[in-house]
Amino acid sequence: MSRTEIRITGFGGQGVVLSGYIIGRACAINGGKHATMIQSFGPEARGSACSATLTVSDTMVLYPYIRRPDIFVVMSADGYATYRDEMKDDGILVHEANLVHPEPKKGQSVFGVPSTRIAESLGRPIVQNIAMMGFFAAVTELASREEMRNAVKDSVPPGTEELNLKAFDAGVAYFDDEYGQAAMKKTKAAAAAK
Amino acid sequence: MKADPAGVLAGAHYLDGDFACGEGAMAAGCRFVGGYPITPSTEVVERMSRRFPMMGGIFIQMEDELASMAAVVGASWTGTKSMTVTSGPGFSLMMENIGLGAMMETPCVVVNVQRGGPSTGLPTMVGQADVMQARWGSHGDYELIALSPQSPQEAFDLTITAFNLSEIYRVPVMFMLDECVGHMTEKVVIPKAEDIEIVPRRLTKKPPGEFFPYRVNGNSVPEFARAGDGYRFHTTGLTHDERGYPVMSADCQEVCVKRLLDKINDNADDIIMLEEEDIDGADVVVIAFGITARVARMGIELAAKKGIKIGFIRMITLWPFPEKRIRELAGKIKAFVVPEINYGQMVLEVERCAGGKAATVSVPHGGGGVHDPDVIRDAIVGAAK
Repeated sequence: MSRTEIRITGFGGQGVVLSGYIIGRACAINGGKHATMIQSFGPEARGSACSATLTVSDTMVLYPYIRRPDIFVVMSADGYATYRDEMKDDGILVHEANLVHPEPKKGQSVFGVPSTRIAESLGRPIVQNIAMMGFFAAVTELASREEMRNAVKDSVPPGTEELNLKAFDAGVAYFDDEYGQAAMKKTKAAAAAK
Repeated sequence: MKADPAGVLAGAHYLDGDFACGEGAMAAGCRFVGGYPITPSTEVVERMSRRFPMMGGIFIQMEDELASMAAVVGASWTGTKSMTVTSGPGFSLMMENIGLGAMMETPCVVVNVQRGGPSTGLPTMVGQADVMQARWGSHGDYELIALSPQSPQEAFDLTITAFNLSEIYRVPVMFMLDECVGHMTEKVVIPKAEDIEIVPRRLTKKPPGEFFPYRVNGNSVPEFARAGDGYRFHTTGLTHDERGYPVMSADCQEVCVKRLLDKINDNADDIIMLEEEDIDGADVVVIAFGITARVARMGIELAAKKGIKIGFIRMITLWPFPEKRIRELAGKIKAFVVPEINYGQMVLEVERCAGGKAATVSVPHGGGGVHDPDVIRDAIVGAAK
């Protein structure tokens, strides 16, 4: 795996950019890889479509933009509609299960998590994206769970670490409960075969 | 001397190029910023204005870019390391006072996070089309220094270099980021303060009465006296003698202006920073800077698969131009290939220095994105024929 391209999309306010920052931090600072994040920069306002992209590589990222993401993280139906076609034919889709109803191509793996419901159950819907990051960590293993967890701890506002780590752990637990070891092995095998 | 720990956020961070540039400035000892917000540069001053109160720095949001540059020149004359931050349209407005800074020999740094132009152009998208303006934007003859980082890490490291060079040569240094590097987030390692070397203002030790603000003794750069230190002197944008007073004559112009050029040109070898790869035996040498240097390496990798011998020069220093090195190489290679996010600016300098001894191939991009690496590959393949 020399170059992995990721797109994260959702609506403004969902923490799309922070999610990209956490993944980048986990890979680059904690994981010793190269990770370049670009946030889409346009006249977007809160509530409208928002997107961040990341390129993760073992060597310096020479081309900073993504072309066809290997991993597509979607937190809104709008974002899915906008970017669904660019995803790689054998890419991995990670989505908010209640907001996005994907129609994947054959060969694309799909993992859904009710991250909004999980966050609501913790009393703060704002941590939806962090639950998503826990789930993302478990699905992709791009960075280890511990590297991702530490990146969350170091990226959220001081004083909110406990709540955010709870959300992260809940996202991880959802994966383990719903997809389990067998499914994980299958994903890893598919990734290794690429 | 070593950096003031108050301005150094040591550790490994995940930062964009703009934030890293701001951190570099604070580590270098910058304690005054006068600026007017403009995309895609605003994050630099957002970062600094938040952190400045912790280290005694002052940020003033000025009424416009003319005033911003004037404030920076004024602040520097108090001995405070000073900087302004802008993008193309603001850079244009700063040109008159950049010339004033050059003429008065004022150490300062001007950050331009380049976007697509001309005019208001592409506010949120990348360009590299201000590089000639960085050299020639103000009127009259003068020389200054311009640097171009390729990553957030370099946005940090080279901002410190920019401040150091501005102190050594007493010139405004143009720090030419591009939007892509400015808005790109990567790992940035900030060393401890004791590992960061900074150049302090070279203050005169002469007592008032014996000090001449523009007298040079063997050195091509005069000593400095701060406003408020008890020295009574005059400084002006008019052609001046060593006392700093206006003298309207061709003789004084020759002495005053020639030295502004000589102090940079005579020290060009010390100032110029290049990164070279695989130059020996190369048929084609690719020259690039900023984000394009990274994308160009991808084009080189693709072209190398076709068996072409390709060298690479990354210009870290844009001005003064690495004239000597290009002349040396011109007789030994087939062609220079110059991709840049403009319709052909630095390629003109390469062509001038190549002097017809090597072909020069421009690989333009109008802005709003970076080159497709395939286009650079094709240009290399074409140049090698």
